[in-house]
Amino acid sequence: MFLKKFTTASAFAVLAATGAQACEITARVSIVGNEFPAIQTVGAEAAKCTGAEVKTNLTADHQKINLPGMQGNPAEYTSAIIANSSIVALMNEDVIRPLDDLVAKHGQGLNKTQLITIDGKIMAVAFMANAQHLVYRADVLEQIGVEPPKTYEELLEAAKMIREKGIMENPVGGAYAAGWNLAQEFNNMFLGMGGEFFKAGTAEPNVNSEAGVNALNMMKALSEYMNPDFLTHDSNATNAEFRAGNVALMNMWGSRAATLVTADGVPQEVVDGFAIAGPMTVNGGTTPASTLWWDGWTVAKNISDEEAESTFIAMMNGIRPELMQDEEIRTQAVWLIPGYEPTPAAVGVFEAANAGTIPYPMLPYMGLLHTALGNELADFMQGKESAEQALADVEAAYTAAAKEAGFLQ
Amino acid sequence: MKHRTFFWFFLPTGLAMLLFIAAPIVSVVTQSLFAPHEAVLVTVESCGPFGCREETSIDQDATRELREERPLGRFVGLDIYLDRGHLAFGEVAEAWQNRTSLSDFFKRLGNLPFYRAMAFTLTYTFTVTPLLIALGLMIALAVNRLQAGLKGFVIFFSLLPMIVTPLVGSLILFWMIDSRGVLGSLIQWAANDPNLSLKASTGLTWVMLIVYGVWHSAPFAFVVFYAGLQTLPQDQLEAAQIDGATRWQQVRFVIIPHLMPLVTFVALIQLMDNFRVFEPIVGFNASAHATSLSWIIFNDLSGETRQLSAASATSVMTILGVAILLSPVLVRTWRDFRSKH
Repeated sequence: MFLKKFTTASAFAVLAATGAQACEITARVSIVGNEFPAIQTVGAEAAKCTGAEVKTNLTADHQKINLPGMQGNPAEYTSAIIANSSIVALMNEDVIRPLDDLVAKHGQGLNKTQLITIDGKIMAVAFMANAQHLVYRADVLEQIGVEPPKTYEELLEAAKMIREKGIMENPVGGAYAAGWNLAQEFNNMFLGMGGEFFKAGTAEPNVNSEAGVNALNMMKALSEYMNPDFLTHDSNATNAEFRAGNVALMNMWGSRAATLVTADGVPQEVVDGFAIAGPMTVNGGTTPASTLWWDGWTVAKNISDEEAESTFIAMMNGIRPELMQDEEIRTQAVWLIPGYEPTPAAVGVFEAANAGTIPYPMLPYMGLLHTALGNELADFMQGKESAEQALADVEAAYTAAAKEAGFLQ
Repeated sequence: MKHRTFFWFFLPTGLAMLLFIAAPIVSVVTQSLFAPHEAVLVTVESCGPFGCREETSIDQDATRELREERPLGRFVGLDIYLDRGHLAFGEVAEAWQNRTSLSDFFKRLGNLPFYRAMAFTLTYTFTVTPLLIALGLMIALAVNRLQAGLKGFVIFFSLLPMIVTPLVGSLILFWMIDSRGVLGSLIQWAANDPNLSLKASTGLTWVMLIVYGVWHSAPFAFVVFYAGLQTLPQDQLEAAQIDGATRWQQVRFVIIPHLMPLVTFVALIQLMDNFRVFEPIVGFNASAHATSLSWIIFNDLSGETRQLSAASATSVMTILGVAILLSPVLVRTWRDFRSKH
């Protein structure tokens, strides 16, 4: 055991040393991005380059600062780590540059699927995939004698049995906090119901439909089995409920599932019973009620070519294939990097991709709809208004915002 | 002071005020009258780890031309102030025409973000402000009667709620009132209802926010009133005692009239502060139940697509709201000032 640890450690040290030698930059690099473990790794590895300063600013508030930090000339941030939802805000304002020439020069060894190509131009390099999927307690499901649910209807039945048998009072978990989280859960369910967010080819909203009403009704049914404070529970609070052994079934992010039960003080039965499966379908549909995500990095437009090249080299160092040899890094995410072999924690995201889950839409006006959903759906979840009224409010709120932003006349 | 001396004395302050108060207000007002250009959309093919799809995107070249031509955006006048996210006159008129009863009208009104925010903000402002003044006065009177040795210690503890950062203070309370927290469990036990949750009920959330508001701001009132009590003329109090005034009568007829200017001062500051209630809503994750104008501004700016014009319009309305709220007190102060000169 010791020997094994020792050899891995030394092998990694050698790799890290060679990586550092290979990475020479000549101009400043400044990275802004989210703060979860996989991105921390990319930032730390990029910062190992020598020759010029590499600054990282990894924070949960990255979305509030990346655009203002790239609009100046020269831009403060030379690279922003973003996801398929947030690249849109940067493209809308034209602050990131096409990477075709840099990929040709320094991007050997990238998988073609890592290249985010928009209108024929490479705008970002993706390094990991993410999706929400089922996380459950195998021991609890065994106790009631049911298989892990494949559909939300099955999940409801299992939840009912768990409550009736007195095992848990509120066995379902969900990040239903009013705002971004609640809207995202609606998006999942809405796509699972076969909904289309916008009328084809326009920015006109299309959520006040049968699929929308069905999605809300299913969310309401699920919330009956949740902690009554569910409208204040984000992913962190939902995970805490799971860790405390209060929740047996939940829809959770792949990026958080891997490290879910490694926290201190998690009871042994939760650690042992913890299991992951693919996302569920709903209402007899075949498209999973989930969305696919990628995380990747971009290079700012308003910087010198030298800085852009250094940034590209440093970011490539942050996602170099050798890192995939490291066990800890390997479990942090579902990497898109060549040489990555999936860990058991990755099964949920892989199943999501294989089952035809729809990627979160990269539309210029999707962010406005997401905000409107987050603000207006809480009333329905509290039983204050009908599903139709809540969805009509969403469309009205979105329309006002889209008119202001110039997407609707 | 000579005019000339006054001018040079005031110049640095005046410049700072112009730069840090007047200029931002001008900028916000301007921003609220302009909106981003109409987007030129094109359909492009976008490819990534999950395959290729047709997606709508913004035509950067066409948009750049528009932006260079008119960098401020398109002039929309008061359109943003009147849209659904703000004053929503159209929706209000519709709600009035389609109402089945007066309460139905208010229900429809409460569905519009601005009026929903105003309902909470005004309730909060007009309950928290008097309560915190009363509580602050009570603490000040109590502390004033303590023996000298204890005073410093008690004053420090009374000030703690104000010293603690609002966001941290509200987070601590948020965890305590969780249905699994200390206070949450206590309330469930007291009400004999294991499913009672403060965070799931709009009414209880409002009460919680109001209690937090009073807890957080009472120390401010206390400090001001305590300072005021030190200037209380002892002979007046002694005269009242000789006349046989009870403790309550002394407070009512001697102490409160003496502190009245300070009450006005505290009321002014706190009306202004409470109207801009923000941190507890974020700290308590309470946006499903209670919103305020400041929260709307924050929300407009923190989405994936920032709504600068909408946020500016709400900012201008907040400034106007504060001005309207303070006008009675300001008018009164002005009259008092005039009558004395």
